[in-house]
Amino acid sequence: MTAPAANGRPLLQVDDLVVRYRIPRGLSGSILRRPQQFVHAVSGVSLHVARGEMVALVGESGCGKTTTAQAILRLVRAEAGNVSFDGVDVTGLPQNDLRALRRRMQIIYQDPYESLDPRFRVSTTVAEPLVIHGIGSRAERREAVTRALEQVGLAPAELFADRFPHELSGGQRQRVAIAASLVLGPELLVADEPVSMLDVSVRAGILGILDELRDQGLAVLMITHDLSTAARFADRICVMYLGRIVEEGPARRVIEDPRHPYTKALLSVVPRRDPRHRVDVQILRGETPNPISVPTGCRFHPRCPIAVEACRATDPELRTPAGERDHRAACILA
Amino acid sequence: MSPALLEVDDLHVWFDLPNGRKLHAVQGVSFTVDAGTRLGMVGESGCGKTTTVLALMGLLPPTASVSGRVLFEGVDVLERGEETVAAHRWKDIAMVFQGAMNAFDPVKRIGDQIIEPMELHGYASGSEASARVRELLETVGIGPERARSYPHELSGGMRQRAAIAMALACSPRVLLADEPTTALDVMVQAQVLELLTYLSNELGLALVFVTHDLPIVAQTCTHAAVMYAGRIVEHGPTEALYHETRHPYTRMLWAATPDLDAREEVVSIPGVPPRLDSELHGCPFAPRCDLAASRCVAERPELRSVGDGHVSACHFASSVGAAA
Repeated sequence: MTAPAANGRPLLQVDDLVVRYRIPRGLSGSILRRPQQFVHAVSGVSLHVARGEMVALVGESGCGKTTTAQAILRLVRAEAGNVSFDGVDVTGLPQNDLRALRRRMQIIYQDPYESLDPRFRVSTTVAEPLVIHGIGSRAERREAVTRALEQVGLAPAELFADRFPHELSGGQRQRVAIAASLVLGPELLVADEPVSMLDVSVRAGILGILDELRDQGLAVLMITHDLSTAARFADRICVMYLGRIVEEGPARRVIEDPRHPYTKALLSVVPRRDPRHRVDVQILRGETPNPISVPTGCRFHPRCPIAVEACRATDPELRTPAGERDHRAACILA
Repeated sequence: MSPALLEVDDLHVWFDLPNGRKLHAVQGVSFTVDAGTRLGMVGESGCGKTTTVLALMGLLPPTASVSGRVLFEGVDVLERGEETVAAHRWKDIAMVFQGAMNAFDPVKRIGDQIIEPMELHGYASGSEASARVRELLETVGIGPERARSYPHELSGGMRQRAAIAMALACSPRVLLADEPTTALDVMVQAQVLELLTYLSNELGLALVFVTHDLPIVAQTCTHAAVMYAGRIVEHGPTEALYHETRHPYTRMLWAATPDLDAREEVVSIPGVPPRLDSELHGCPFAPRCDLAASRCVAERPELRSVGDGHVSACHFASSVGAAA
């Protein structure tokens, strides 16, 4: 399913990405020269997305999945590491060159009630990226808007083009948001929880659009906390915990044979549709540690049900367990 | 036979709209819940599930008018409106709201806020109330010393459990929970669902659980009711609703829900629910239904028995294939 790029490199390649946020010390902190503290949002993330591939980045709130996406799009600055898009390092790119690149990478957000301007008609919203980038004549833009609307299932386009957001359902609004991100013809689409605000009856339709775009060659990075959705739609799954990817691999392999104890626990608590289905639910006690003071050794060891003494000291790297291919876990016991 | 713990009988709710029309949000809902049972109410936004539970608490806005009976141990709670419902609210029937974890007053200690409903209802005061707070916090898995914490000192999951502790303050017999885990991570959600199941099994609490998430109902509720356009269209034991589905809408809801272990296509439900500000004729689901026939447009199907404790409002209930 994964189509390798012509030059053998995937479209998006992230290596050892680090993002940290400075915590304001305040006046007393500065005077007393207290040490500067940081929120370690992303601490060494590597991942790749090929054209025609959908990768799901999953994890709990605060694990760094959204920050990772923001750093990929240069919406926040990476402290260290590389984000290579079609061979160009995004992290060091001057602002002027960034603009051209942004046409090729787009993002859609969780809440279609907030991401659309209520005063704009659908056609204005979808055409806006073209206007900003100065693309096409008025007639050409109108044609591009029609194409984009029909691509997301809002057909015939003229039925929707003149409507305002309040005249649309939640599912239709998210379709408009996707159309506005497609109109520039991007090669990478980042979808940040694209269906979590929507009714279950329309979620499948939105995910189906992303599925189709992927089949047409778009690279899709989907951020989600919903493992059932990731299992059904993604080609590969990356599981994040406290700023790190702790497991990654082909979606079915990660779901059917998880190797990291965190992934195992997460999968065990996902409710299943069949009331007769019973799994040994493994609820992790305690809270996710604070990303200001990350535990030593394996960052999961304080909550890990199988941790041994060595886990306190060793910070495990992602490795491929014996008998697996393209499936890696960051656990010395995997 | 002793009366059911809670019986809702032909509940209707109308909202006055600014244009002078009325929106018929709940159109004759009836169900019962007994001690230790957990009823999941599911359906799309606007189907009337939240309005139904708010009506049971007497917490609808002044633009709403209500008819029907809500019997708590055989006594009509709604009989004289606010006058009668106030006596039962929080003491017999309590509620946890969606996003309740964000509803605490940020400048008051958690313990003091849990004491408030107890004092208000004359349930307990002084040192007795303080002891009750510690007991409640322990019940929901929070260290009793947290009574002195401020809301911002607790994590989201802890605050949601504290909200459950607050709802339990006056030892209610029925707990209504409106999307109690929607804003929570899957691990914290599991903790809260485990707690609610424990309260129902160990304390005999009856739960009414409003959610749009069918797998949560499948894994935590003994019974399920599917609402559409203000009515219950299928109701029965949770297992029956999945394995012997008898309404096309229920079947389509299951098919729209991805499952970790299933590989089949996830299919969205075409169309949108009908508007409720004008009278509906025939089956309100007919325009979206793959089984609809001329009879469905002409005649509104009533709830009929299709199995043990299992009812469906579909003319073709026996032709509905099960979800699995």
